[in-house]
Amino acid sequence: MENVVTKNEMEIVYKKPKTITDTPMHYCPGCGHGVVHKILMEVIDELGIQDQTIGIAPVGCAVFAYDYMNIDMQEAAHGRASAVATGVRRVLPDKYVFSYQGDGDLAAIGTGETIHTVNRGENILMLFINNGIYGMTGGQMAPTSLIGMKTTTSPYGRDAAQVGNPIKITELIAQLPGAYYVTRQAVHTTQAVRKLKKAIETSFKYQKEKKGTCFIEVVSNCPSGWKMTPVEANVWLEKNMFPVYPLGDIKSPK
Amino acid sequence: MIHGTIVVAKDICKACELCITACPQECLELSPHLNEKGYRYAQLKNDTCTGCINCAIVCPDSAITVYRESKKKNAS
Ligand SMILES: Cc1ncc(C[n+]2csc(CCOP(=O)(O)OP(=O)(O)O)c2C)c(N)n1
Ligand code: SF4
Ligand code: SF4
Repeated sequence: MENVVTKNEMEIVYKKPKTITDTPMHYCPGCGHGVVHKILMEVIDELGIQDQTIGIAPVGCAVFAYDYMNIDMQEAAHGRASAVATGVRRVLPDKYVFSYQGDGDLAAIGTGETIHTVNRGENILMLFINNGIYGMTGGQMAPTSLIGMKTTTSPYGRDAAQVGNPIKITELIAQLPGAYYVTRQAVHTTQAVRKLKKAIETSFKYQKEKKGTCFIEVVSNCPSGWKMTPVEANVWLEKNMFPVYPLGDIKSPK
Repeated sequence: MIHGTIVVAKDICKACELCITACPQECLELSPHLNEKGYRYAQLKNDTCTGCINCAIVCPDSAITVYRESKKKNAS
């Protein structure tokens, strides 16, 4: 349909954040990675810290995050983003530093780095995108896959007796004294995205005050790996992921 | 009612339909036409958009720009 009202009578109330580049994203249709990228860059724009922020990209579907975020970025080896972020932030203690990782990256191969980074209370923001599967490599079971979840490496469904239960790494690291602010958010609705935005703003504020590690899990989707349409995936997520990974603050300063 | 409209970057859109689900006015649909990637891009289907920005917030590809009648104009 053609627009009825001419746009010059109107003002722009929302547009792509300027710190998201014009490079079209390679993510599958409906993938939560794009929403997280966008909202993260929106916060960076609003805080005016584009030239003071350094991001660490993972191995996983978000491996090209540096093509989409117009800030200084460094790619890390699989699982090691928080270790690289540690180094960057220690050398440049006045910059804002975040790591961005999937569940395979952060909670499987990178479990050691994750735990010890938080235990040291590094002044970084760790963003953890939990879609319960290895997206990039074709939908294999992740440590976070749900019981009964069918993946390419658990074709009959995840069996706890054989491979253990879904790991709640966010609750685990929240126990460590180095963790200052730990929260679990989502991006499947407008309200969820707004809450995530607030959590990112809060984390950067704490980082400036050198309070310790801020850790945000985002319960996200993988429509391709889950073999669903994006709309179906977001309904499934609410029904199946949230009971295991409930949203809200897990540790917040008094 | 405040009046708004959207512009979809039609060759960026991947037809995920998340904007359609997010729109409280139910004013979005997929076009019958394909974009250069082969997706049926999102478009307005009627004139009930209020410029609430819900669609744009959930769009993973940042494909939506939202316009709203300015308050100045409403007052006059
Ligand atoms: C050392 C090493 N081992 C294994 C791989 C293969 N690999 C690439 S990405 C990935 C996991 C991706 O899953 P996740 O971190 O959950 O991110 P997603 O793609 O779902 O966003 C694996 C196992 C690799 N690249 N390097
Ligand atoms: S495979 Fe999954 S996580 Fe990767 S881009 Fe596609 S939907 Fe997103
Ligand atoms: S949310 Fe964005 S990518 Fe998805 S259909 Fe709407 S405009 Fe297209």
